[in-house]
Amino acid sequence: MTPGDPKPAPLLEAEALALFAGGRWLCTDLALRLQAGECLAVLGPNGSGKTTLLHTLAGLRDPGAGLIRLQGCGYRERSPRATARLRALLPQIQPEQFSCSVIEAALVGRHPHVGRWAWEGRADIDIAHAALARVGIDRLAHRDVLSLSGGERQRVAIAALLAQQPALYLLDEPLNHLDLRFQIQILELFRALARDGAGVVMVLHDINLAARFADQAILLDGRGGVLAGLAREVLQPGRLADAFGHPLIRAEVDGHAVFVPR
Amino acid sequence: MAARPPVVVVLPALLVAGLAALAWALVSGEARADWSSLLAALGGSASFDATVIRELRLPRAVAAYAGGGLLAVAGALMQVLLRNPLADPYVLGVSGGAAVGALGALSIGLSTVVADAAAFTGALAAMLLVFGLARGDGSWTQTRLLLTGVIVAAGCGAVVTLMLSMAHDARVHSMLFWLMGDASAAGRPWPALGLLALAVLACLPLARDLNVLARGDLGARALGVAVDRLRVAIYVLASLLTATAVTMIGTVGFVGLIVPHLVRLAIGNDQRVLLPASALAGGALLVLADTAARLVLSPLQLPVGVLTALIGVPVFLFLLARHYR
Repeated sequence: MTPGDPKPAPLLEAEALALFAGGRWLCTDLALRLQAGECLAVLGPNGSGKTTLLHTLAGLRDPGAGLIRLQGCGYRERSPRATARLRALLPQIQPEQFSCSVIEAALVGRHPHVGRWAWEGRADIDIAHAALARVGIDRLAHRDVLSLSGGERQRVAIAALLAQQPALYLLDEPLNHLDLRFQIQILELFRALARDGAGVVMVLHDINLAARFADQAILLDGRGGVLAGLAREVLQPGRLADAFGHPLIRAEVDGHAVFVPR
Repeated sequence: MAARPPVVVVLPALLVAGLAALAWALVSGEARADWSSLLAALGGSASFDATVIRELRLPRAVAAYAGGGLLAVAGALMQVLLRNPLADPYVLGVSGGAAVGALGALSIGLSTVVADAAAFTGALAAMLLVFGLARGDGSWTQTRLLLTGVIVAAGCGAVVTLMLSMAHDARVHSMLFWLMGDASAAGRPWPALGLLALAVLACLPLARDLNVLARGDLGARALGVAVDRLRVAIYVLASLLTATAVTMIGTVGFVGLIVPHLVRLAIGNDQRVLLPASALAGGALLVLADTAARLVLSPLQLPVGVLTALIGVPVFLFLLARHYR
């Protein structure tokens, strides 16, 4: 970028955001700016509003107050379909009551890209296969999703998200059901997507992985308080202890910050 | 290969099967007709055999075809709407409402035409009642809808039992036959056949949205599907189809539950194929069942609902065992 270029609108922007659910304010006056290429981790104790925040940032629920802009526009200024081509949401729970093949499940991500009367074409199928390959389950493409393990289903859901090819990924506990190796692989995958110009917001439970993979962090304390900023500034032992209600100590191992409950 | 199921094979094959079932229904019965008299009858011959085929068997067979197709499509829609593979067209009380209407009319000796109108009115009343109660506080969850429907259906069942226990002996038989499902009294089946065709056409542009919805509300909304509007649309559509079918042929069981599953086991869960295939397969199955119901204990005629269960259950269990080996 040459110095004369105007700074592009942030990928995701929130101003004076307040969330109200279950009869209480989960957070007030939250501001965030996520540029393309950045990862943001959302942390907080159970019931502190992480999922509510993620759904609000996805435009699937109205904020109690404040503004959200995706690539410079509010959610009401775009059709749901146009929005779906820009941002994808990985729900916390993957409901699977009907059988379908893994490749069909991944193709669901192509929905906003395929016209109402059209069928998925060769290109869509190639994209879905590539997405399955990126999460390492292309060999299961013709298996029934109902026959898969929890971790494999989680990776199918992530593949569907990749097939959606959004600019912004919103992930609600993306590491659910995944063992250590795939936890790291999936986080590295989203880091790589961010390097290629995507933005990532992820609800995580593991403070150490958040500290290692996120540029920014939001810490909800469950009492209406919220901290947002650079991950290394937000993820401080005192602040984490205050939010989670348990003391922690910080150490450095191999150049990574590590938090250990006391 | 996975994205495009063999539509070009499955749908024509089911259509041909349906036509073959219809032809069998037309030539079978007390006065057995052969193929040439069938052609003569359809060509407008005025002979006695031709009149039997045209005036008695044809409306009945078409009613069975349309009714089976309507119930199968309604069942497939309900299964997606409630995201519950055990849902059938009757689970939300539409048939209960129809039964209360029809049996109320029959028990006080009104004609079958009035009973049909009362059945349709009762079905729509049940639909609106469940809809209003389930949406009462603005939430619109599957569980709430399902529970409301089940409770309304149970209430209707109690009213039906009450009416049966209080009814005059002479009227109980016609009431029981109505309850078990009976295509013999269906006089004017052609509008129902038209509705079936229109309903399938109306579903097709929504079918991929339904595929997405079947995988969860939240994910569907994130993929740009207008979930609330879609669910209201399929609820109203499925209820109207069920009301039409039940008014015409009574509460025939199993078709709406089993046919979508049979089709799903055979060709997968892509609604774009599942819905038209269910319509064709449901029609064919009910024509076969109705014809068998006329023939097996002839001259005694069985209620077709008994036959749908007797045919459907073993076929379903066979496919299930084969699929989940």
